[in-house]
Amino acid sequence: MKRVLNSLILSCACMVLVLAPLSAHAEELIVSAAASLTDAFTDIEPGFEKANPGVDVVMNFAASGALYRQIEQGAPADVFASANPKWMQKAVDNGFVDKANVVTFAQNALVLAVPADNPAGVKSLDDLKGDAVKSIGIGTPETVPAGQYAKSALTAQKLYTTLEPKMIFGESVRQVLDYLSRGEVDCGFVYKTDAVKAGDAVAIVAEIPLEKPVSYPIAVLKNSTNSKMAQAFVDYVQSEEGMTLLEARGFKRP
Amino acid sequence: MDFSWFKVGPEFLQPLLLTLKVAGLATAAATVIGVAMAYVLTRWRFALRDFVDAVCTLPLVMPPTVLGYYLLVIIGRRGFLGKWLQEVFGITLMFTWQGAVIAATVVAFPLVFKSARAALEGVGKQYEDAARTLGLGEAAVFLRVSLPLAFRGVVAGTMLAFARALGEFGATLMVAGNLPGRTQTLSLAVYSAVQAGDDALANSLVLIISCVCVFILVTTSRLLQPKF
Repeated sequence: MKRVLNSLILSCACMVLVLAPLSAHAEELIVSAAASLTDAFTDIEPGFEKANPGVDVVMNFAASGALYRQIEQGAPADVFASANPKWMQKAVDNGFVDKANVVTFAQNALVLAVPADNPAGVKSLDDLKGDAVKSIGIGTPETVPAGQYAKSALTAQKLYTTLEPKMIFGESVRQVLDYLSRGEVDCGFVYKTDAVKAGDAVAIVAEIPLEKPVSYPIAVLKNSTNSKMAQAFVDYVQSEEGMTLLEARGFKRP
Repeated sequence: MDFSWFKVGPEFLQPLLLTLKVAGLATAAATVIGVAMAYVLTRWRFALRDFVDAVCTLPLVMPPTVLGYYLLVIIGRRGFLGKWLQEVFGITLMFTWQGAVIAATVVAFPLVFKSARAALEGVGKQYEDAARTLGLGEAAVFLRVSLPLAFRGVVAGTMLAFARALGEFGATLMVAGNLPGRTQTLSLAVYSAVQAGDDALANSLVLIISCVCVFILVTTSRLLQPKF
């Protein structure tokens, strides 16, 4: 009898532990942000939470295209920060975001980078055609903005179709960066901020000229259950504190 | 009838054929190694037996991404095995369908190993001993007595392993990448189709993989039913 009672108590205790997170009391703010914003937004989070006690910011980092698809499927999110205007435009077109609310809060540059030891001896974009280069890391253009920018730039220089057989498509710009720092690809296209983050493991070969600069739009989602707090977050990102943190990670002011 | 939710084209056939190739080869490799390991652990007594058994079962419980990371560290260009393969044979496994086969083999292996071990444990030692007294060598005893008696369990394990290899995602993505036409297997194609908003393609891929898996599960359960 005693053993039965004990196991009952134990299982109740387990249930309580399992269900506890479901009854959290802090206000949750879900921010869906592009993978390339990971470090900057992780820096911004504590400052915002300090300024707004009782708010728990939950960051959801992935490729912008994947984030948009989540929003489209009805995933709860309060703020959407995309790595290019394309996905934000889609969000506007399909009624998830109010056009008047969209602001560009940061800019970035696209670079051609190599692993520190530069195994293929890449010195310029033209070297990519050479036999020494066997693999080129690039984000999947359909879903990863960094890949989309790289594809446009390469298409403009009539290089994309030539280089396509060598391309290794990453699920996000961060995966491409990881392949670069491990030396799994000979070179790759990442943002300047990513290359800065990788430190000594990755070297920048060249900045890729783009028709339009890499710009990051941010907006409160219409379905946000807490749009006032979401707007406060968007404002905080654009405040002097937010901008300083973004610049520290290699972003430029718009 | 509206068939717009369904799509069959090159973007559908390519991943399907590649998946069958990868899963087939991975299952073959996992079966050979798995049955051999199972036989060794059932018939021999040695110090680290339980530890070896645990290591062989590990991929069953480990998150695929963890396995993927291990594989990255081992067969990546700078991994100890990857580096050696590169220097000695000039082989790179990263981002190739062969790399996908290795990832799928690792995840499928424990299923064969576990089923084969259970089946071999169930083979009475007296049959093997009888065969030995009749003059059969060890290899012949295994091939002509133990394996036929454990056959149904081994086949069931093999089929489960095939189903598991079909659906491998995490480790494959990390080691072989998601390269359309080169390493994009069914599960990766589903992922990409959903990401890109191509629901028709996702539907048809999901339908195929579901049918194959249901067929495999029904067949294995029938195989494992005791015969009276």
